[in-house]
Amino acid sequence: MVKTLRNAFHSLFLIELVKGLKLTGRYMFAKKITIQYPEQKTPMSPRFRGLHALRRYPNGEERCIACKLCEAVCPALAITIDSEEREDGSRRTTRYDIDLFKCIFCGFCEEACPVDSIVETRHFEYHFEERGAQIMTKEKLLAVGDKFESQIAEDRAADAAYR
Amino acid sequence: MMEMFLDVLFILLKVMAIIVPLMLGVAYLTYAERKLIGYMQVRVGPNRVGPKGWLQPIADALKLLMKEIVIPTNANKFLFIIAPMLSIGPSLAAWAVVPFSDGLVLSNIDASLLYILAMTSLGVYGVIVAGWASNSKYAFLGAMRSAAQIVAYEIAMGFALVGVLMAASSINLHEIVTQQSGGIWHWYWMPLFPLFLVYFISGVAETNRAPFDVAEGESEIVAGFHVEYSGMTFAVFFLAEYANIILIAVLTALMFMGGWLSPFQGIPVIGDTFLGESSIVWFLAKSAFFAFVFLWFRATFPRYRYDQIMRLGWKVFIPITIIWILVLAVVIAAKVSYVTLGVWTIGIVAAYMLYNKLTTKAGG
Repeated sequence: MVKTLRNAFHSLFLIELVKGLKLTGRYMFAKKITIQYPEQKTPMSPRFRGLHALRRYPNGEERCIACKLCEAVCPALAITIDSEEREDGSRRTTRYDIDLFKCIFCGFCEEACPVDSIVETRHFEYHFEERGAQIMTKEKLLAVGDKFESQIAEDRAADAAYR
Repeated sequence: MMEMFLDVLFILLKVMAIIVPLMLGVAYLTYAERKLIGYMQVRVGPNRVGPKGWLQPIADALKLLMKEIVIPTNANKFLFIIAPMLSIGPSLAAWAVVPFSDGLVLSNIDASLLYILAMTSLGVYGVIVAGWASNSKYAFLGAMRSAAQIVAYEIAMGFALVGVLMAASSINLHEIVTQQSGGIWHWYWMPLFPLFLVYFISGVAETNRAPFDVAEGESEIVAGFHVEYSGMTFAVFFLAEYANIILIAVLTALMFMGGWLSPFQGIPVIGDTFLGESSIVWFLAKSAFFAFVFLWFRATFPRYRYDQIMRLGWKVFIPITIIWILVLAVVIAAKVSYVTLGVWTIGIVAAYMLYNKLTTKAGG
């Protein structure tokens, strides 16, 4: 009886509602956590999985040996590789395509690669302007690798202790 | 002939002098709403269009102007087009009798409170006609909900206003304000505290605002009565809704917070300085505060369930207003001053708050 009366008074005097208003009122003056995206960016891990790249050795020789482990491990079947023997007798790819519409950016290809050739970079702000542009060919991947090599090398070095 | 023409021109000018600032107020109320809710959610809100986002409402208005007005195939074309006008007409017409300051009013008619009550009630026609003419289930459901809700809260609102006009013994808004002169403790929010709360909450319900926005509950019926509207027809509904919000805020300020009167009136030292003078600034400040509370409510409370809304309207608000009208009648008959009643009312509320604070455990 006393409890019912107390509850009735409690709701009649809008106690809970005032509490709610107090809470939102306090948050109005709280520090805002918004990141103003194009100008400001969130910190990024060296393990970030963005756009793919094919790396080269310092002497300019491409790392990929066409072992096709990445093609085999790719869960989305996004990688297609053709290969043949080069004049010097080494096995090299003639075709290395990644379909970015199929790719789920799981990073398995990077983990499978025995020569650290295929990697995922921090670069994630890109777009395609026509049909078919989503297929990253060997040339495109190597170009990405050349462009971001210093960053890629730095990230691998930072993460080397945990690999 | 010439004289008549000049008269009409003068009236039109006066109408524009009210409508233009009102429309600007509506535009920037939407900006304030997005900004405030953003701040309460630890975000920053719109800040891209113009410095600090000040041009955002103008960009929004331009976008809505450019958009195509889609009329559904099976809609009743005439009613579909006229519904937004039915909605905005009354909400603008009500402003004709709102006194902004002492003597600053378009037309000071005797029954201005009654007129405002009539105009705000007419707004529901726009909603119902829109819901029916759209020939859409969601729109119709929204319209039905809105109609039931407005009818329920109209009564509580009307009773709350009965309290005000009993206290002021007038239904003229100017008279109601002047009756409250003499400092903050003479304003009607103190003696009529329960009615003040009931009126304001009913006002929130009347304008279909959160937490009473079942008429357009996004998660349940998409957008309620205006699902089928686009472009300018939608914008007109939007304008009407926000004009109504400002109107309710203004009326609350007028009837319970002494309109343009200064809160320091009658206090020895401060009351003699410029702070003690009544002016439109006080009126605008009070109205802005109540408009802010509307936005604050929206940022704070989750939507009421439909049956909860009906329960609150019929089983809580109406009894409270009737009881307080009886109390007021006794007070008036016994010739007790309103200040005494006000002090007792606020005293009891404050005492309960204190008691509640002391008896509940910390953090509870």
